[in-house]
Parts: sequence; C-alpha cells; structure tokens
Amino acid sequence: MYKIAAIGDKDSIYGFASIGLEIHPADDAKTAQHLLRKMSEERYAVVFLTEQLASQLGDALDKYRTQPVPAVILIPGVSGNTGEGMRSISRSVEQAVGSDILK
Amino acid sequence: MAVMNVNPTRMELTNLKRKLVTARRGHKLLKDKRDELMRRFLELVRENKALRQKVEAGIKAANVHMAVARSVMSDEALEVALMMPSQRMDVSVTEKNIMSVNVPTFRTEVKAAKNGEIYSYGYAFTSCDLDDAVQALSDIMPDMLRLAEVEKTCQLLASEIEKTRRRVNALEHVMIPQYEETIKYITMKLDENERRATTRLMKIKDMMLKETHHYQ
Repeated sequence: MYKIAAIGDKDSIYGFASIGLEIHPADDAKTAQHLLRKMSEERYAVVFLTEQLASQLGDALDKYRTQPVPAVILIPGVSGNTGEGMRSISRSVEQAVGSDILK
Repeated sequence: MAVMNVNPTRMELTNLKRKLVTARRGHKLLKDKRDELMRRFLELVRENKALRQKVEAGIKAANVHMAVARSVMSDEALEVALMMPSQRMDVSVTEKNIMSVNVPTFRTEVKAAKNGEIYSYGYAFTSCDLDDAVQALSDIMPDMLRLAEVEKTCQLLASEIEKTRRRVNALEHVMIPQYEETIKYITMKLDENERRATTRLMKIKDMMLKETHHYQ
C-alpha cells in the first residue's frame, strides 16, 4: 500500500491532513529536498508539493520526472498561483514535441 | 557522409546489406512507435491541462475558506481540530503499459472511522469556514489523484518520446545513409577490381599471342 503526502508551508497543507493525507511542513528548500529524497525511497505514490517550494528547488525535481513513483505534483499554496504547475506541463510538451504547441 | 572503415570484400557487403535491411525495418517500427506515443501523449496532455486548471481552482477556493478560518481561530485550536484525522487515505499502485512504457495507475483506499464523515472535529469550537475548506478539499481530491496519474504518465511518455525520436533520427540521418554509402563504396571497389582483372587478362593474352606467333 502506498502513501500520499503533502509538503509545503503549514498554512497551505494543513487542510489536507483532515482528509487523510500525510502532511510534512517544510519552510525552506533544504528541508523539502530532504523530505522528497526520503519519500522517493519509501513507499509514497503521490507527493503534493507547493509551487513556492518547487520554484526554490529548481532542477532537483527533474530526477523524479522519470521515476514511475512518486509522482511529484505541484499545487498552488496560500500565497497564490505562480503558474509553476502549468509550466511543468509545458516542459513535458517541449520535451516530447520540441516546442510548446499547446500555448 | 562518411564511409565506414571496412574491408571492401564480398563478405562485408553481404553483412552490410543485411544490416541495412534491419536498420530500415527498425526505423519503420520506431517511427510508428513514435507516432502512436505522440498521439496518446497529446490526448493525455490536453486532459492534464484541463485537470490542472480544475484542481488549481478548487485548491484556491479551499484556501480562501482556510484563510478565513485561520483568521477567526487560534493556531492551537486549528491544530487540535485537524491533527487527528478521522480518515486515512492510501493508494494502491498498479502498472499500466502504454506502448511499452510502464505508467502507474492509482486507486485510492480510504479508511474512515465513520462512514462519510470527513470532519475530524466537533462543530463546537471551529469556524464553519473550516468545514467549507475541508469539504472543498475533499471534493477536489479525486481530481487531484487523477491529475497525479495523468501528469506522471505525461512526464514518462515525454521522456520516452524524446528517446524514440532520437533513435529514429539517428537511424534515418546517420546509420542508414552510412550503410548505403558503404555498400555503394564496396560495390564500386569490387567492380573496379573485376575490370582490372579483365584488362590484365586481355593484356597478358596479347603478350602471349605476340610471343608465340610473333603477331604485330
């Protein structure tokens, strides 16, 4: 059985605790990276990560793109939508097609 | 295009011809694979985009309620209300095969204490905005998992498409032309050898005839 987790600042992810997700508060990129690495080794299927943290992590997320699990999914946090999640889709399209044809 | 560094012999020629046939067949198969992967990918990526818009809107709505709830409740009260969830969500992962790319599919299994009860607290000490926030998140959760599944699939397909495209291009623009050039080179060389042998024989014949019959 795989687990689902959420990483981000407290305010953004608290709500997920009530519906049964594991929440791991992280305020800086270093903690988040550490948590992610641990989760990729354990049985986590989905990790929801706030866009704020993702933009700080940068390239460190790329290695999770080619692994079947965990799926690292970006979600907007309380401070608003930065568009990072949409950009990650565009990145996939660019990788596959050569340019972003779905703009 | 560079000719490969091989001996111009008949054996090499046969080998190369066989390799060329294999390369052409591989190229055709990989091209078909790439096209089909691309078709699937484009379908999924459109779904991915739509799902993401939906999920982001849902989370935004939940966050609005959450922000209000936070402003009227103390940190401790909020923590007490949320830290002991009444349900636990796990997923079982099965693998699906899309054109020999293994992609995960998720099925959630919710272990709830009480059936249909998503609130982990009594209503006495909490704001109703917290109820709305939890309800909104709970509603969007199936979509979030579907999003996770689709987005992961897209990422995996994208890297497979990239690899396949490189292989197709390498075969089409490097391997196949190289084989063709080399085959041409060997054929020419062998023909040249044959002509050389013929001319030599003719010349020797002339010389021998001259010697025996003193032909001029």
